[in-house]
Amino acid sequence: MHRLLTWIFEPGFFANQPVHVAIVIGAAVAVVSGVVGVFTILRGQSFGGHALTDVSTAGGSGATLIGASPLVGFVGAGVIGAVVMDAIGIRRVRGRDLATGIVLGASIGLAALFLDLDATTSNTTGATQHILFGSIFTTESSTVPIVIAFSVVSLGIMAFIYRPLLLSSVSDDIAAARGVPLRLVGLLFMLALAVAVGLSALAIGSILSTALLIGPAATALRLTRRLGWSLVVACLIGVGGTWLGLLLAYDSYDWSSSHQGIPVSFFIVAVQFLAYLASGLPFARAARGRRPLGISAVG
Amino acid sequence: MTPAADTGATTPGAATPDKAPGAATAATPDKAREVLRVDGVSVSLSGRQILDGVTFAVGAGEFTGLIGPNGAGKTTLLRVILGLQRASAGHVLLNGHPRTRHNHSIGYVPQKVLLDPDMPLRARDLVALGLDGHRFGIGLPSRQRNEKVDEMLHAVDAESFADARVGNLSGGEQQRVLIAHALIARPQLLLLDEPLANLDLRSSEEIITLLDRISNGADIAVLLSAHEMNPLLPVMDHVVYVAEGRAASGTTNEVIQADVLSALYGHHVDVIRVHGRVLVVAAPGSADHAPLTVEPAVETA
Repeated sequence: MHRLLTWIFEPGFFANQPVHVAIVIGAAVAVVSGVVGVFTILRGQSFGGHALTDVSTAGGSGATLIGASPLVGFVGAGVIGAVVMDAIGIRRVRGRDLATGIVLGASIGLAALFLDLDATTSNTTGATQHILFGSIFTTESSTVPIVIAFSVVSLGIMAFIYRPLLLSSVSDDIAAARGVPLRLVGLLFMLALAVAVGLSALAIGSILSTALLIGPAATALRLTRRLGWSLVVACLIGVGGTWLGLLLAYDSYDWSSSHQGIPVSFFIVAVQFLAYLASGLPFARAARGRRPLGISAVG
Repeated sequence: MTPAADTGATTPGAATPDKAPGAATAATPDKAREVLRVDGVSVSLSGRQILDGVTFAVGAGEFTGLIGPNGAGKTTLLRVILGLQRASAGHVLLNGHPRTRHNHSIGYVPQKVLLDPDMPLRARDLVALGLDGHRFGIGLPSRQRNEKVDEMLHAVDAESFADARVGNLSGGEQQRVLIAHALIARPQLLLLDEPLANLDLRSSEEIITLLDRISNGADIAVLLSAHEMNPLLPVMDHVVYVAEGRAASGTTNEVIQADVLSALYGHHVDVIRVHGRVLVVAAPGSADHAPLTVEPAVETA
């Protein structure tokens, strides 16, 4: 038993300071991504979420360039991007692709410039790698309170707009007729999404952050039929998958004799992807309780 | 609007399509407590006149059909009543007062609500949203809330699929749930935009029966838009016929007349009453006027 445990948890996993930080950050990021991700899918704004990851890339690389914390750059740029996308018209179906495409294209251009400058002019070694593919194991413990604060802000916004956001996801017409301020609710959601994407960019990289946003939420939506449970399951899958990814990455240092570890972001994303595939298996789909066909003939 | 689709709703040769004439006239808008008054409402959208001086009233507990061909302006009119569309002229009174922004005395079932099968929302969740979905915050579960939801599900005969995902329900079942959603806040007026479109005949009849029960039993005024009036003839107290942006209102017998409808359409139409059904048909000679509408020249209303 002891040997099994030491085989699963390589020596030093629980005593390692970077691992502690990664466990806390990973959990916070996964919870925020899970909650925001479920609504992102329900509202059909996955593409918008992806555009915000590109905005985050530009923000994170720009922040590194001027010596600021990448996290502030990720979130700051995401918030600006969210406001711009809202102004262009993310709420209208036709405006949505347009807004997303314009912001996405402009951000990638900026990111290309900043990343190049990061690599050539500053002495921040590995900045490109950290921004694009995450830095969950190299984030300093002093960043943890900021991560927690951003998480609270994002979850706070989601709690505040929960019911009107759900109603408008069902039907904007019904929500508007009930007096829901659609514009305000839509903008607040985009802000919560920007923060979620920024946090996720810190953990697994700006390029991969969509995976943590959409993956666990998509899996949860396949397995549940009540929104409350979708949110809980998305968080559990997100946190569990992230922690499993951390463990696998830590263990992977000893998988080869050269002690070349495999990137943690790869494992986190891979676990989420496999979880999604597994949720499509017949026994998993049965969990959501499809109603027998016979009943739907009535009425 | 194919002729084949609307046969069989009423038994051929059955009683007059209208309710008993005495009952219909006794419940004129002026006499019943007036819930809604639309007064000279005109709407222009990007230079095009959609509605032109539409005037009618709906009394408490009345069932009013808003009838007209597709594109006649029915949806726009409902949106003006809801305050989702500004009128360029005229005004809307609810219970004798100008409508306020947050008006919960109107329940609304929009035309196309796409309920995705992947949306994790049970029928009862959607009904509950009708109670407090516009409020900020998460909202805590309460026994009183659940009881209201159960009561409303029972009222629309939706108990058997209360716990199924709304996206997996049939069109008729979804309409029931949306009606319950609109009714649970106890509105005085229920607006439905083409609720019978895309429903099979049996579901359509069941929805009409349900709405009739609601308007009579719960004293809720029902204003329902449809491009096909025959299924509604047995239950309608009044009809508001919209064509070319203009409207005429009254009992079916008053409004569905050749001279009244010809004036609305701007060209001659005939009204044919056959086997308890009413057909509105463009006269052969009117073809040169017909381009006014985008509808086919022959209109089976």
